[in-house]
Amino acid sequence: MHELGIVFHMIKTVGRIAEENALTSVSSVTLELGEVSGVIPHELTSCWDWAAAQTEILKGAELKIETIPAVTLCESCDHTYPTVPQGRICPRCGSGETVLVRGNEINLKEIEAC
Amino acid sequence: MDSVRIIEIKESVFADNDREADRVRARLKEEKTFLLNLMSSPGSGKTTTLLRTIERLKDDLRIGVMEADIDSSVDAETIARTGVKSIQLHTGGMCHLDAGMTEQGLRELGTADVDLAVLENVGNLVCPAEFDTGAVKNAMILSVPEGHDKPLKYPLIFTVCDALIINKIDVLPYFDFDMDKVREYALRRNPRLEIFPISAKTGEGVGAWTSWLKKQVRDWTEE
Repeated sequence: MHELGIVFHMIKTVGRIAEENALTSVSSVTLELGEVSGVIPHELTSCWDWAAAQTEILKGAELKIETIPAVTLCESCDHTYPTVPQGRICPRCGSGETVLVRGNEINLKEIEAC
Repeated sequence: MDSVRIIEIKESVFADNDREADRVRARLKEEKTFLLNLMSSPGSGKTTTLLRTIERLKDDLRIGVMEADIDSSVDAETIARTGVKSIQLHTGGMCHLDAGMTEQGLRELGTADVDLAVLENVGNLVCPAEFDTGAVKNAMILSVPEGHDKPLKYPLIFTVCDALIINKIDVLPYFDFDMDKVREYALRRNPRLEIFPISAKTGEGVGAWTSWLKKQVRDWTEE
């Protein structure tokens, strides 16, 4: 259900851009998806395939997903490390004072259209 | 045949919703209406907390409530019995409200004669946190039986909230709920979070919460 809400927003935004650029048919939409964005790619794709087919302009448009790896910065020792295998505790110094640098993005990157 | 073009967008999926939310806030500012977005998991006591809040504030503020649920109107009927204006919003299966749905709800509620509008969001700690509804402040309820580790498991909602109500403190003796730990975990995600331990059942602690809320409404409508 979460993914469906996101898909509706993507369709709305792409629809606006299509109108602004006088496009008639969109063949693909590329999404940058952070590894820890909480969005499940195959759920998103299945919502997309259903919802895009309901529209004139996006009928049959392919959803391309580019994964952005998650990276965390330790504020105590300045070490950066991959978030998914290590979590919130710095593997170098053991501090919990860490921040996610990237990996929670859900960004529309580009569309292919005519 | 038309040639295929690549058009760069490079913005968050939520960008359009964020802009719409800003428009909702601007309109609320003009109308001198404060909108609170109240979030929590199902069964944390949102509706009961709201009833206590209404009891304490309804003589000072004109209140309107929007109850959002996937289905049914039991909550709106409960709120209506307090005498304040209330409507039920059905999300039609969606797990959250966005700015567009909130705006429709505000229009249906009618905000010209409302100082404090409350949106009781769908019971869920994940999706509502991602969509800005256009509310002036966000608050969430965490109840004691849910456990003190929730800020670690659902960090985003703790990050986007201005106030955290910890409800059902009357049952603290029966649960391994560590109040110091929950404060530590929540403040680590969001250092400016205001925390209010309450029991909506006994009324304990409710006064501190409603004083804070009343001040937020006054600051918004009078500044």
